[in-house]
Amino acid sequence: MKIYINGTGNISPQKTFNGEFLDKIIEHEQTDHLNCVEPIYKDYINPMAARRMSKIIKNGYCAAKICLQEAAIDNPDAIIVGTGMGCIEDTEKFLTSIIENDEKLLNPTPFIQSTHNTIAAQIALLIKCHNYNFTYVHRGFSFESAMIDAMMMLNENKASNVLTGASDELTNNFYLILKRLGFLKRKSINNLQLSSSNSGGTIAGEGSTFFMLSNKETEKTYASLTGISTFFKPTDHQEISSKINKFLSQNNLNIQDIDLALLGINGDKNFDAPYYFLMDTIFKNTPSAYFKHLCGEYHTASAFGFWTGINILKNQAVPQLLKLKEYPITEFKNILIYNHYQNINHSLFLIRKC
Amino acid sequence: MEEIIIQLKKEIIEALNLEEMSPDDIDADAPLFIEGLGLDSIDALELNVLLEKKYGIKINTAEEGKKVLHSVRSMAEHILNHQKKN
Amino acid sequence: MSERVFITGTGIICAIGNTTQVVLESIRQSKHGIGFPTFLNTIHQFDFPVGEVKYSNNELYDLVQPKKKTNLSRTALLGMIAAKEALKNAGIENISEFRTGLISATTVGGMDKTEIFFPSFINNPNSGRLRNIITHDCGDSTEQIAEHLGIKDYITTISTACSSSANAIMLGARLIKNNILDRVVVGGTDALTKFTLNGFNSLMILDKSHCRPFDETRNGLNLGEGAGFVILESEKSIKINNKNIICELKGYGNACDAFHQTASSPDGYGACLAISKAFETSGLNPEDIDYINAHGTGTPNNDLTEGKAIEKIFGNKDPMFSSTKSYTGHTLAASGGIEAVFSCLAIQHQLIFPNLNFSNQMKELEISPVNTLIHNKPVRNVLSNSFGFGGNNTTLIFSKY
Repeated sequence: MKIYINGTGNISPQKTFNGEFLDKIIEHEQTDHLNCVEPIYKDYINPMAARRMSKIIKNGYCAAKICLQEAAIDNPDAIIVGTGMGCIEDTEKFLTSIIENDEKLLNPTPFIQSTHNTIAAQIALLIKCHNYNFTYVHRGFSFESAMIDAMMMLNENKASNVLTGASDELTNNFYLILKRLGFLKRKSINNLQLSSSNSGGTIAGEGSTFFMLSNKETEKTYASLTGISTFFKPTDHQEISSKINKFLSQNNLNIQDIDLALLGINGDKNFDAPYYFLMDTIFKNTPSAYFKHLCGEYHTASAFGFWTGINILKNQAVPQLLKLKEYPITEFKNILIYNHYQNINHSLFLIRKC
Repeated sequence: MEEIIIQLKKEIIEALNLEEMSPDDIDADAPLFIEGLGLDSIDALELNVLLEKKYGIKINTAEEGKKVLHSVRSMAEHILNHQKKN
Repeated sequence: MSERVFITGTGIICAIGNTTQVVLESIRQSKHGIGFPTFLNTIHQFDFPVGEVKYSNNELYDLVQPKKKTNLSRTALLGMIAAKEALKNAGIENISEFRTGLISATTVGGMDKTEIFFPSFINNPNSGRLRNIITHDCGDSTEQIAEHLGIKDYITTISTACSSSANAIMLGARLIKNNILDRVVVGGTDALTKFTLNGFNSLMILDKSHCRPFDETRNGLNLGEGAGFVILESEKSIKINNKNIICELKGYGNACDAFHQTASSPDGYGACLAISKAFETSGLNPEDIDYINAHGTGTPNNDLTEGKAIEKIFGNKDPMFSSTKSYTGHTLAASGGIEAVFSCLAIQHQLIFPNLNFSNQMKELEISPVNTLIHNKPVRNVLSNSFGFGGNNTTLIFSKY
């Protein structure tokens, strides 16, 4: 069964919520983290409903609403969300409150809002959707798990339209912890030079991105989703290569059929090695591009990558600032997205022009 | 009484994060729950915390809660009564 | 794609025991595990009884015997113990013989360690030992379990509050039916934390005494902790290895109440939907069910909603039902997995478990739970409910093979 992407909503460190595809890329000359460009929430959520919502919920709901509007679907057959860290701001609020009040007379709101499935639950509550509702919270597999579930739902004929997405937030405390753990650049850099930064660490990011996966093509269709694969802690680069080749052959393709390798390079020289290995070997003759200089690194950044990929297929062009390796190409038909999170969670997406 | 009502309105707005509202937007006599402001059970819990933390008033039963939290005015009256006793 | 899915192993650790066998014995002897906590460091230590696992972290570590010295949260330790037992119980020695996955579930993740880190950190962002924060996220305990068991083919974590591990079981079955996996370790784990104890207290739904599910005088839940896992296998994988089958996972359903963030709708709409979907996938009818292992937390809201839903679906053909949470406490994300193990035991040993502390009929309901151990009735089909915050409702149906 063919699976189509018929709508999307994206709130990210670029101005993406208005449906533009990176018309004006935002540059930060000196940074080690990126925060979302926020829409005017009032335009999407009524203030009474928004009163309890933290940023991750607001952004998740807005991105979902934009996606629902674009796909012209009021009541999806399922709502499936992935989040790597869940609702951190409310978790921090409640933890802080426990400490400051010595476990007495605590406000319940941050506790309730800290439950990781609040994003999916809030969407369902506000659009009155009683259907299947799942939340995956597993690091760099969170978005992938949601998408695999959505694909299964459509293949099982249990759904025609599945609202699927991911949402993660970068709070100040989380940023400080990432910094202490050595995951971020020690010296601030220009985000647009991320791939050539040649040092340890990356830049932190955040975002909320939703897609409408469907079994029917419409005039809004961006692309079709051919397949997804995930793998855990590969032993070496050879294993990654062989997983990619196996994935392509399972989908009746080989490397020559790939018109673009869209890679999750994050500028951390300790973690980017697999990407460069592949660019020197199996992707030697494949145009390549990357996206994390626009959204930063976070557990569900692959959702931003997916959004980038389907837009490239729709527009049949790669924005200049995303290109890594260029080859003359007349048509973008198949894009392979390859991403990993800290060399632990690896994922592959295969998308195709409709 | 009116002073307490104005103060209470500000505190309710803050406790429940009613960002877009000002004290003038809240009718002191209108019901707070279901109709009027349309608050829910989580808001009721938050108002309980407000009453206990700020005014030292503990609501012991759901029935008591319904009466005390009926409107801003009923909350204010309860606070005044409590202050008179102490 | 209509592969049948079978359960071939169970593993559990909770307030009433650290293995399936011990847990079964406790239930037979009506021995519950609710009492004041010993290990949880809280000012509420003597305010709220809980279902604490009767082992310290060091003792759990000795039970786990991890392959390498590593940072393990209490949630991870509990999960590793139960998941390993399930695998052993299923007689699986060569993990890579078939496509094998792990789907775990948790709400608190490594919060027990985060609570140690956070007080120092908010005082001074440069303090707090980093080893206590790197286990925070939900995926951590799952990956620890995966590495402990040697599972690589498919790994993920579900977090949908109290329905989490029931959802993990449902997903596992679908992954087998969609021919993505041949077998899968599914369930969940959650440890007691100050975060959840204080959280539920702020909602005013904790009982200061031993909980009384479905009782007219019920006053809230007792929190619990633990882990419960089952092994799901495809027909093919069972035939090849001539496996011993415990029971079949016959049906499952998930629905969203979409009524309120924490309260369930008074007419039990979401609950009824989930139960109906489970019947649909199972091909069974309400009169086929011999026992319902209810979600039955003991809160005024849940037990009323669930009771109403049972009456609506089953009419006057309501089967025997009980909540086992008066034995274990409410183990949050682990409850679906733990209660799946109970459902399997009910079928394996032809038992219906008592609902402890029930004495007063709820005035809004006509039905009431069983309050003694029933061992002379056939138990062919068991229905298990798990209803979570955010209105996430899941029902599973297990059947004798």
